[in-house]
Amino acid sequence: MRYFNNPEAFMKLMASMQSGIVATLTIFFATLIFSIPLGMVIALLRMNRRRIISLPVSLYILVMRGTPLMLQIFAIYFAIPMLTGTNLNRMTATILAFSLNYAAYFAEIFRGGIMAIPVGQHEACQVLGFTKTQTFFHVVLPQVVKRVLLPVSNEVITLVKDTSLANIIAVGELFRAAKNEASRTASVEPLFVAGLFYLLMNGVVTLVFSYLTRRMDYYKD
Amino acid sequence: MLQAINVHKSFGETGVLKGVSVRVSRGEVVAIIGRSGSGKSTLLRCMNNLETVDGGEIRIGGEALVSPGPDGKPVYKKDGELRALMLKMGMVFQDYNLFPHYSVLRNLTAPQMLVLKRSAKEAREKAMALLAKVGLEEKANEYPCNLSGGQCQRVAIARALCMDPEILCFDEPTSALDPQLTQEVLSVIRALAEEKRTMVVVTHEMNFARDVADRVIYMENGLVVEDGPAQEVLGANRSEAIRAFAGEANY
Repeated sequence: MRYFNNPEAFMKLMASMQSGIVATLTIFFATLIFSIPLGMVIALLRMNRRRIISLPVSLYILVMRGTPLMLQIFAIYFAIPMLTGTNLNRMTATILAFSLNYAAYFAEIFRGGIMAIPVGQHEACQVLGFTKTQTFFHVVLPQVVKRVLLPVSNEVITLVKDTSLANIIAVGELFRAAKNEASRTASVEPLFVAGLFYLLMNGVVTLVFSYLTRRMDYYKD
Repeated sequence: MLQAINVHKSFGETGVLKGVSVRVSRGEVVAIIGRSGSGKSTLLRCMNNLETVDGGEIRIGGEALVSPGPDGKPVYKKDGELRALMLKMGMVFQDYNLFPHYSVLRNLTAPQMLVLKRSAKEAREKAMALLAKVGLEEKANEYPCNLSGGQCQRVAIARALCMDPEILCFDEPTSALDPQLTQEVLSVIRALAEEKRTMVVVTHEMNFARDVADRVIYMENGLVVEDGPAQEVLGANRSEAIRAFAGEANY
């Protein structure tokens, strides 16, 4: 025990992992901000009646869910400079890969949520004269949010842990910082400290989602 | 006021409407009765543009919702005009289709504000007046999940009335309700009939049809078999077809 029973050494370790924590939080929040709206758009395109639209989108979802995220991070980091000639910042490549990947998962969750809205809701909107856009934003979406909260919380918890995959292209996120510290000091303890951090973050995520679930409890379907 | 002319509709291979013509005049209450599968609900849904017809014509207040094109295929009104035309129709569903995430009041105000662009105040006044009419003023701030089926259906009727439809349609409005709740919904519809509202009611309630409707249309296998004043169609001299149907419906 080098850190857990020595507050001074523990604080030093924290300081050395600080930038890693910031990078992890950056990946986490940026991915959520981009992938949730993108996921909704993909879900709607996937449900489009024209196969010329829905088919390529299905293929996209298949590839994104069917190949390792680690490989996708690699592919985007190395392929985009090759194709476009512009260099991609490691963090940008990571956020891009994560957003594209998570959007595919969110899209399928949202699609399930949208399909679960009874057809009667759409019919009621139609006979009342709602436009399609009004129907979606005022009637469908608010009910979808309630229905998808639980599966979305699963994805968000997975995302917290998946951020560690960014270390494959040497993004200095939490896991990489802990690994470096571990090899520098020849101790596994920094890795466990990192583990505690992921756990703490997911504790917060769990609290946020149980708050949201309670907020949505004012009605039952 | 409302007219269907030689309407055809099939689901796949099954013909559901095989050339149905009906006509509803202003201020008239028409009950459409018939067995399950006779096509009565499909006809109502076609008239409310919830199903597309395969042939024939539907006219609402003199305007064609759908009419046969030069090749005989049905041609519907263009999108924007279609929505405006359909505002003349109001619809009450068997399973209410209230918006569960809105309070009762907001179920009534949101459509007025979004579609008719009424102010919040105006929409609210209208909503409260109609809730009073269906006897549910005190439930304005409840959510639909806290109401009984009969109360939900009365809210749904009030919601339809908020939009000032010229013709109000009911698709088996009491089929999901027990006898007592059925009565509270029927008395609301009866009150509307007394105001001389134009209404089309698809129903299994034979007594109600006889009491409230001016005219009864009896359908069988996608065709109108009888169409006449309620007292004639359901009265003492009723036909064999009606007797057979009524026997099954425990008349």
